[in-house]
Amino acid sequence: MAFIKNILDQMKPTFSEGGKLSAFGSLFDAAETFFYVPNETSKAYGAHIHDAIDSKRGIFFVIIAMIPAILFGMYNIGLQHDLALGQDTGLVMQFLYGLGVLLPKIIVSYAVGLGIEVAIAQFKKEEVHEGFFVTGMLIPMIVPVNCPLWIMAIATAFAVIFAKEIFGGTGMNIFNPALVTRAFLFFAYPSMMSGDKVWVNGSYMDSIGGPSADAVTAATPLGQLGAGEAVTYSPMDTIIGTIPGSIGETSFIAILIGAVILIWAGIASWKIIVSTFVGGALLAAVCTPEVAGFEWWMHLTVGGFAFGAVFMATDPVTACRTENGKYIYGFIIGALAIIIRQFNPGYPEGMMMAILMGNLLAPLIDYCFVQSNINKRMNRAK
Amino acid sequence: MSQLFSKENKEAFFGPLGANNPVAVQVLGICSALAVTAQVEPAIVMGLSVTVIVAMANVIISLLRKTVPNRIRIIVQLVVVAALVTIVSQILKAFAYDVSVQLSVYIGLIITNCILMGRLEAFAMQNGPWESFLDGIGNGLGYAWVLVAVAFFRELFGSGTLFGIQIVPQALYDLGYINCGIMLTPVAALVLVGCIIWVMKIREEKAAKK
Repeated sequence: MAFIKNILDQMKPTFSEGGKLSAFGSLFDAAETFFYVPNETSKAYGAHIHDAIDSKRGIFFVIIAMIPAILFGMYNIGLQHDLALGQDTGLVMQFLYGLGVLLPKIIVSYAVGLGIEVAIAQFKKEEVHEGFFVTGMLIPMIVPVNCPLWIMAIATAFAVIFAKEIFGGTGMNIFNPALVTRAFLFFAYPSMMSGDKVWVNGSYMDSIGGPSADAVTAATPLGQLGAGEAVTYSPMDTIIGTIPGSIGETSFIAILIGAVILIWAGIASWKIIVSTFVGGALLAAVCTPEVAGFEWWMHLTVGGFAFGAVFMATDPVTACRTENGKYIYGFIIGALAIIIRQFNPGYPEGMMMAILMGNLLAPLIDYCFVQSNINKRMNRAK
Repeated sequence: MSQLFSKENKEAFFGPLGANNPVAVQVLGICSALAVTAQVEPAIVMGLSVTVIVAMANVIISLLRKTVPNRIRIIVQLVVVAALVTIVSQILKAFAYDVSVQLSVYIGLIITNCILMGRLEAFAMQNGPWESFLDGIGNGLGYAWVLVAVAFFRELFGSGTLFGIQIVPQALYDLGYINCGIMLTPVAALVLVGCIIWVMKIREEKAAKK
């Protein structure tokens, strides 16, 4: 690894202020801190808590935690493709097919998002913030497999500019940028985000947005539930994840592994995850109607519920920061998601709206808890 | 003649088009800017209607400004504006029925448009009829160009048309292009108005530095 350090040190003067390539200074800075922990730490004044990892390392754990869901998503793309065409090419080929479908999406999402971030960082003479590493990975995970690439690029650009940069960049945003991307897609291009033609890949052109006549029709469990039909997927399928759905969200087990990694690394708050599931389970138990093939607890394993609860509701920037507030924040998200699913016929999936709503309420919840704490202490002082 | 186009009068006319724009700088009249800008044609009609009404109302109020008792001036202003709005609304119904149906209540709601009351109170009550006329035209056009700019992008990307004529070629749709549905909702109008405000702020800052 020492040779990378040598190369970087050699290149540094070229990219520094006054150097030949100073216009790309932020890009260099991003690459340098990507490989090595920066050698400047916060100064010994103020009440900062020193930690061995900066946010770049923290964010890396989120990517690692997502790997099971990513890998399973790739496999599932190939599997659903084979099922739709009535063939069986074997596990490896299915996985490779999924890789071929998912990789362009990941590249587009990173290229657009990071491109805008680097440009803005260079313009404002700041360093590139690392927040987009997770966002860029989340975006391909939460879109249907047939979402065209150019549409994804527009939505990513919209979210990075209007949900993040105008609020001040990483750490300042009110809403989770990945979810804003999805919300934009959902309202701007509803035919590419919902319905029954987008979840299963019929031909490769479908996945990149080329002209295609042979779209494959397949309803997600939630789509069937929303239409009041019998759900044709077994509970076990929904837990393992061999069902149609957005790329990263289908496998409950893979997401659970991710949750364990996140909680073990101390990145995500277990309070938010648990309270989201409690809120969802409570509402699901109360208001799930009698539908053939659907148990109430399947609300937690189908659709984006688990993925949202583990990877998106726990986003430290947009979630509640008070410890007690996290319980309420999670509970609201879980409960709202099921309420939207059950009572709004327009939206068979409610997790996206629920988390955005939770993001909106988080500062208010924090304010209430902080104020009540202040009042308590003031009363004690009297 | 030179008095008619003095520096103050020029400022009264050109100010609202740029640095003192009623929509982008004073953030007035946003409600109708969100509502009528899904297509270019109603946006132009709306902009022109507001321009005519502001200019006429400004002139009338500035002629009356010395005779109107101060305590009932708002009522007088409202009566004048309401009368003008009714006239414009009737003319539109007679000669441009389709557009007036599209604009529906928003022509009537010009009565409550903040730009109107703002100009009448802030300008016409203190200035003569000619200055007020220029101010009215300037503010109306300042409102109109923002509306048309927003409507241009909304119609082009939301429906692929301009003035109802197909602009985006069918070949592009065959390649997989889809109209952006969010452009047809007022949400997009708010974002676009925000972008216009953004650009104007940058220009303002640059001008201030010079």
